[in-house]
Amino acid sequence: MIEVNNLTRKYGEKVAVNRISFSVEKGKIWGFLGPNGAGKTTTMRILTGYLPPTEGSAKVAGFDITKEPLKAKKHIGYLPEIPPLYNEMTVKGYVNFVAELKGVPSKERKKAVSQAIEKAGLSNVAGRLIKNLSKGYRQRVGIAQAIVNNPDILILDEPTIGLDPAQIIEIRELIKSLKGEHTVILSTHILPEVTQTCDGVVIINEGQLRASGTLEEIQERFSEESGIYLETEPSLAVEELMNIEGIKEAVSSGEGVKIFWEEEEKGNKNLNEFIRTKGLNINEWKRLTSTLEDIYLKIVASDKGGVK
Amino acid sequence: MRGMWAITKKEIKTYLTSPIAYVLIAVFLLISGYFFYNMIWWFNSQSIAMSRNPYYMKQLNINRFVYEPLFHNISVILLLIFPLLTMRLFAEEKRTGTEELLYTSSITNGEIVYGKFFGATFVLFIMLLLTGVYAVFGYLYSKPETIPLLLGYLGLFLMGIAFIGIGIFFSSITESQVVAASLSFGMLLLLWVLSWSGQAAGPSLKPILNYLSFFEHFKDMPRGVLNLTDLVYYLSVTYFFLFLTQSYMESRRWR
Repeated sequence: MIEVNNLTRKYGEKVAVNRISFSVEKGKIWGFLGPNGAGKTTTMRILTGYLPPTEGSAKVAGFDITKEPLKAKKHIGYLPEIPPLYNEMTVKGYVNFVAELKGVPSKERKKAVSQAIEKAGLSNVAGRLIKNLSKGYRQRVGIAQAIVNNPDILILDEPTIGLDPAQIIEIRELIKSLKGEHTVILSTHILPEVTQTCDGVVIINEGQLRASGTLEEIQERFSEESGIYLETEPSLAVEELMNIEGIKEAVSSGEGVKIFWEEEEKGNKNLNEFIRTKGLNINEWKRLTSTLEDIYLKIVASDKGGVK
Repeated sequence: MRGMWAITKKEIKTYLTSPIAYVLIAVFLLISGYFFYNMIWWFNSQSIAMSRNPYYMKQLNINRFVYEPLFHNISVILLLIFPLLTMRLFAEEKRTGTEELLYTSSITNGEIVYGKFFGATFVLFIMLLLTGVYAVFGYLYSKPETIPLLLGYLGLFLMGIAFIGIGIFFSSITESQVVAASLSFGMLLLLWVLSWSGQAAGPSLKPILNYLSFFEHFKDMPRGVLNLTDLVYYLSVTYFFLFLTQSYMESRRWR
């Protein structure tokens, strides 16, 4: 549904986005992750046709965004970082204006507008002037305008920013409910948002693509070098474990021990032998996996050349 | 076309729901009404004074002594007012970020520019329509000639759309409404006074400066003469600046 190829955008000498490539399947929610100033907004602006790329190409719904912008834009709903609202309009008037702008046929417009307003939870403020709305409601008006033409692709730039926790949950539920019918790309720097709503993730930093894939793929690829969590009866002594060849480090953790390999195969063999000779009962044995947060911090920190 | 119409409607609604248009229309009517009153009053006293002499009486022509100068005055008021009316058209969208909505909708830059142009033209139309009271007054109490009146209005309308074209261009190149208004005001003044320096300039430069001047092309219309060059001048100035606006929008590609 979305194919990005070697996308580059320069502002004068500054390279904001540097040779990014990724693709998103139809009907999925994809998270766009990166610290502030990483190039998330620039990439989204290119995808929506607001900014042209300096190099590279982006295909949206089968149309190249620079070669056939009008056709591509028809399939896109976009919520920019700052919702593009006209303060002097009413909610309904505004959503209707956007529907007209996006070419919703006049026969279906009334229905499309009321559906978008309902989906975004704005029914009780539909007649009010946008300038009198609170920030949470303004954000929702932004979402309502993005979905009013029932686009195949929704691009949401930090959709939950500035909302209170209850609103964040509501907006997340709203986004999840759009899945399947719409392909969604949302940018954020809130990690739980990605794990809770997204199927896949693109991590960028300093304009460069750091990782992309489904959450499982990413987790597999970037998990801690290797290690296990082990709980036995009677419990293990950390000092003894450290003496086993192939084990780099052992740390007690709760009821059990976290063991990190120096050489996984060798360590595993020696550890098994150790357990057998001691006659220990194994209560729990599992691989250590990293959370997305660990992975993200690792990627971003390594870019700074800092702590690993 | 659909996108243009949507934008035109939105601009008209914005003008009608914000105080700017009302204030400007009110100021416009107040000043032009003041001029009209003075001219009528002067014409009236002249008529009384000359009523004893049939020869002089024949020379008195309400078109020439009231409407022609009135149209000239109105054109100057429009020049002062229009930069204020057009300054927000693009500058405000840039400042508030709503241009992102326009540029990411499936409409062309041309539709955006002309949508806004027709929105502002609507206000011009309303302004001129309201001054129709002065013409009605003339028909009630005198016998003005219709063709010069109509051509005078046509001239004002053409000049007005050229003002709008220039205003839109300067609004599109800045985020600040004050800067937009200042630049378009400066440009309009320049095009106004060009013919003055035409008097001083040499014989080769004079026709060029005269040709470029706004008011040189307006002179003949309230007298009942429509020159094709005048018509072409106003339409091409308008088109030129709207075209510049579009080109400037396209040039975002390389910035």
